[in-house]
Amino acid sequence: MNEHGMNGAAGEAHPREEGRPLLFRNARIIDPAAGREIRGDLLVREGRIAAIGQAIAPPEGAATIDCAGACLAPGIIDVGVKVGEPGERHKESYRTASAAAAAGGVTTIVTRPDTAQPIDTPETLEFVRRRAAEVAQIRIHPMAALTRRREGREMSEIGLLMDAGAVAFTDGDHVVEDTKVLARCLTYAAMMGAKVIGHVQDPGLSRGAAATAGKFAALKGLPAVPAMAERMGLMRDLALVELTGADWHADQVTTRSALAVLARAKEAGLAVTAGCSIHHLTLNEFDIGDYRTFFKLKPPLRAEEDRVAAVEAVASGLIDIIASMHTPQDEESKRLPFEEAASGAVGLETLLPAALRLVHGGQLDLPRLFRALSLRPAEIFGLEGGRMQRGAPADLVLFDPDRPFILDRFALHSKSKNTPFDGARMEGRVLGTWVGGRQIFPAGDG
Amino acid sequence: MTVSPPAGLEGRHLLGIEPLSVEEILRILDLAEEYVALNRQAVKRTDTLAGITQINMFFEASTRTQASFEIAGKRLGADVMNMAMQASSIRKGETLIDTATTLNAMHPDILVVRHPHSGAVNLLAQKVNCAVINAGDGRHEHPTQALLDALTIRREKGRLTRLTVAICGDIAHSRVARSNILLLGKLGNRIRLVGPRTLLPRGFAELGAEVHENMEEGLADTDVVMMLRLQKERMDGAFIPSVREYYHRWGLDAAKLAHARPDAIVMHPGPMNRGVEIDGDLADDINRSVIREQVEMGVAVRMAVMDLLARRLRDERAAAADVPGRSG
Repeated sequence: MNEHGMNGAAGEAHPREEGRPLLFRNARIIDPAAGREIRGDLLVREGRIAAIGQAIAPPEGAATIDCAGACLAPGIIDVGVKVGEPGERHKESYRTASAAAAAGGVTTIVTRPDTAQPIDTPETLEFVRRRAAEVAQIRIHPMAALTRRREGREMSEIGLLMDAGAVAFTDGDHVVEDTKVLARCLTYAAMMGAKVIGHVQDPGLSRGAAATAGKFAALKGLPAVPAMAERMGLMRDLALVELTGADWHADQVTTRSALAVLARAKEAGLAVTAGCSIHHLTLNEFDIGDYRTFFKLKPPLRAEEDRVAAVEAVASGLIDIIASMHTPQDEESKRLPFEEAASGAVGLETLLPAALRLVHGGQLDLPRLFRALSLRPAEIFGLEGGRMQRGAPADLVLFDPDRPFILDRFALHSKSKNTPFDGARMEGRVLGTWVGGRQIFPAGDG
Repeated sequence: MTVSPPAGLEGRHLLGIEPLSVEEILRILDLAEEYVALNRQAVKRTDTLAGITQINMFFEASTRTQASFEIAGKRLGADVMNMAMQASSIRKGETLIDTATTLNAMHPDILVVRHPHSGAVNLLAQKVNCAVINAGDGRHEHPTQALLDALTIRREKGRLTRLTVAICGDIAHSRVARSNILLLGKLGNRIRLVGPRTLLPRGFAELGAEVHENMEEGLADTDVVMMLRLQKERMDGAFIPSVREYYHRWGLDAAKLAHARPDAIVMHPGPMNRGVEIDGDLADDINRSVIREQVEMGVAVRMAVMDLLARRLRDERAAAADVPGRSG
């Protein structure tokens, strides 16, 4: 049902590219669905994977890429990306978001509606789709607001927004506080078959918080939210999901105690899913250090034991999706006292190298990582990508998982440079990105 | 003791469709037919209810229902009085029971009551000495509406059984829907309830109706399409996202009506929101819409109900007069 992706630039706009077969040779092919990797070749025809195997003979007129043992995986599907259009194009435009995604091996983004002017009407969604189709080279599936202006009072036009191409509904980090309103929204969404994305957080406890309650917040004197607030938010939402039968996904579950609740709900057969940001999997509250605002996130960074629990949950499949929660903020929004600074970090380009830390650390293997980066997002959002199999779209990322580099934030393609990984030593470089068989990174090809 | 041939109703009041038997329903409709004929004559006045005091107590605003009851009473020769309860003693803090006590002292014969709360009319009926007609209580029942709908259907379709009737829209908050579900169910019709899940709680399936969320499916092969009014306060984001999304999916227009039988009739209890639950042209289409007929049947049905309750009242009083020691 969700096949109205805006892949115009990736497909129809360059028909000549589709006619020419493309053969990747000598690759480590990562197959998240099968949970394994194989050494071999992959053939692309007409924008789709045509064959995977050993020593595939290049067809007539085929372009051949020697991967030299580098990894070839399904392109990343990043759920929860914020682009600054409409209203804050100076922070991130569809053009720059697309370039950043391509450089990061991200071939599909599912965008957030929490823009300066929220995406809460079919008219705004149409504008966004048109902008994206004009300038983006990746596939873009927009989410729309669950309630008008994300105020948690009146439901948005869920049906008309779905007709206009909304792939899911969320108020972003605004929690719908009124349970009656949320119950009605979930009931209506369930009837429509609309997916709802929740932000699990007790709104009262989290109000005004800049850090997680505990040793770090005490040391630094920051207003803090107890980790328990996440569990409370999750428990409330799970009860309403059970009541209404809504198709529901938690954007980020980041604490040990909330993960235990999620595990029980899944064991009890509730068809819910959850994500976690890459930052909560690779950083903890002490990384904030000397009030560094690029580390100010929503929810705030957690204790180390919570981070470890989240990594284990990704490994076990309890957490379905790893996302960047890409949130561009300009310098002015971040150059403020920690409490006043805007939350969020960019992540499209650092998602893969940061996630590879978990592979290098031995917590995940590559097929499991791409299960969380590509396959599960595709399954949960009803998208075509994420699979290394014949007939799947040739949305691919070629990368060297071991190549080291030091991240320079000014080298990022995003307009905003608010990354917590500035100056960090990372391993894993994207060598090339393809959408529908067309190379979109490095730029300048074709 | 045997009395005049056409018997009254079993109970003293008309509080809802639920306690009525099929025979009682048909007796009301048959008598109403006679009043339809009377109402079409030049001289409409009778003295059937001469000497009877009818008080219309509307605790909730109403124009058409109150007017309909008032005309019905006047045509039957009753002394009719309207009490606008929203503006009176209720505002001064009088309880419903106190109001009943006050009324008893005035010796009315028929009370026509509308109240915003379900069950309030039943409560009042327990405390007064006269006949009470429920003119709509909260989300509970609106029996004369269901009766006038039934009369309209029977006249249009020639029968009141084995029909497929779709009731569409805000079922959850509708007393009209509840009374119609009960009445049409008692007479052996197939009832479909159609509307968004937020306005059509799942409990309704247990009342023996088919529940549809899709208008086209719900209307397929129906004989009667009954639209309900969507209240303003429910339109904007609370139960449905917007008027335009509602109209797009659940508003009755010619395209959706095409799924019903070619001879299906369109009904609406009024007042209509054109462009919300029903297309304006369709509502005016004399080939499909029987909305004006419903209003006409309303007066006749109310006359019939009051006539039958008055017969019962006279029987009761006659019986009481026969008991020694109770008279005078």
